[in-house]
Amino acid sequence: MYTWDFNILWSYRWLFLNGTLMTIAITAGVIILGLLLGLLAGLMQLSRNPILRWISWAYIEIFRCTPLLVQLLWFYYALPVLTGVELSAMTAAVMTLSLYGGSFYAEVIRGGVIAIDPGQSEAGLALGMTPAKVMKRIVLPQAIKQMIPPLMNQSIIQFKNTSLVSVLAVPDLLYQGQVITMDTFRPLEVYTVIAVIYFVVLVPLTAIVKRSEKKLQRSH
Amino acid sequence: MTGTVTPDNTKIEITNLKKQFGSNIVLRDINVKVDAGSVVALIGPSGSGKSTLLRCMNLLVIPNGGRIRIGHHTFVFDDGSKMPRAKDQAHFRSNTGMVFQHFNLFPHKTVLQNVMEGPLVVKRMPKAQAAQLARTLLGKVGLADKADTYPDRLSGGQKQRVAIARALAMEPEVMLFDEATSALDPELVAEVLGVMRDLAAEGMTMIIVTHEMAFAREVADKVIFLRDGVIVEEGPARELIDNPKQEATRAFLSHFHTRND
Repeated sequence: MYTWDFNILWSYRWLFLNGTLMTIAITAGVIILGLLLGLLAGLMQLSRNPILRWISWAYIEIFRCTPLLVQLLWFYYALPVLTGVELSAMTAAVMTLSLYGGSFYAEVIRGGVIAIDPGQSEAGLALGMTPAKVMKRIVLPQAIKQMIPPLMNQSIIQFKNTSLVSVLAVPDLLYQGQVITMDTFRPLEVYTVIAVIYFVVLVPLTAIVKRSEKKLQRSH
Repeated sequence: MTGTVTPDNTKIEITNLKKQFGSNIVLRDINVKVDAGSVVALIGPSGSGKSTLLRCMNLLVIPNGGRIRIGHHTFVFDDGSKMPRAKDQAHFRSNTGMVFQHFNLFPHKTVLQNVMEGPLVVKRMPKAQAAQLARTLLGKVGLADKADTYPDRLSGGQKQRVAIARALAMEPEVMLFDEATSALDPELVAEVLGVMRDLAAEGMTMIIVTHEMAFAREVADKVIFLRDGVIVEEGPARELIDNPKQEATRAFLSHFHTRND
């Protein structure tokens, strides 16, 4: 029977904290950049210009239909060979995760916009508003309401996805865990603690998502 | 609006208008003239093209050929030419008010904000001035007390009256009504027709797509009967509705009560 010993990990508490903060920071950056990319690609999907539509379609499908781990390795190891541009592990990680997340956000944003009654756009246009103004003032404010829950869900998945950046030696929570494991030979305790940390951060977040979903349904 | 009577007093002039969706020809060769201050009712069976014709007048549908003039603004369409630029379309539309069958109020804005939206965004009117204009118009349609309500708290008839106020806020030269009472419960139709009747009496130029024959007979100056994308018959409202000359018009009108008594 295995005897658990968590005491040994106490001396590594700052490393755990460091890793956790790094994971949160990467997640925040990746969500913000991903949302910008997603908004751009999502609106391009709705454009009347077929070239813009094609570009965003290609982007979305490439990143949705290849594994994130493969993308990370490709951007870090293959892209420099191809272009001669060396990316730091952090840059490659944030860029890849943002592009990956953006492809999913784009679909959510496109879906949210097309779910709005076309009569809303017509009413805006009939007043003499330009299509851009209609999007900004009439369609998006209504569509965002529908989008927020799935966007939040996707962001929660992104939080967990950041654990993959450890393969590029980005010092996130999982990477620090690997370091601690090598130091202590206590993988069972270390990875249990790491799982608990992810869980403890995400459970309140999912509760907030649930509550905001209900709130949004009631609001204008 | 100036009261000057020019030799040619037409506010709207539609010439050789054509529209097709794919191979489906919806409007064949439409010519319409509407005098300033007059009310024209477009009637006809569903699929006759009357709503499409109305939507062509504010470019929500872009015609494939012909010419549309409203006031001093003219657009010429022909098959080869490119679509008018979005900005030009928007400018043209700001001169016409449109009222939809399903109201299409903005649900995320209050009644007052709905009415303010056009002047605020399109005319860049200062907020206080837009609010004042909106309150005046809401008073006119009898809904001054609903200014701070959201549309989902209103009845259908109230919604449509707000939609009329919203369109009027742009101070358009022409008002277009696309089956404005068709989605209403019967007991709510009268309040909307009442507002439209007042507008007509004030001298607003109005084009009305409607199935309310009694209303058309009473309020419209001219009735145009469309079928299969063609104007079958047009004439003074009472004359056309009481004594249609064409068999098709007669057959269509036989489905309606054409009088309010």
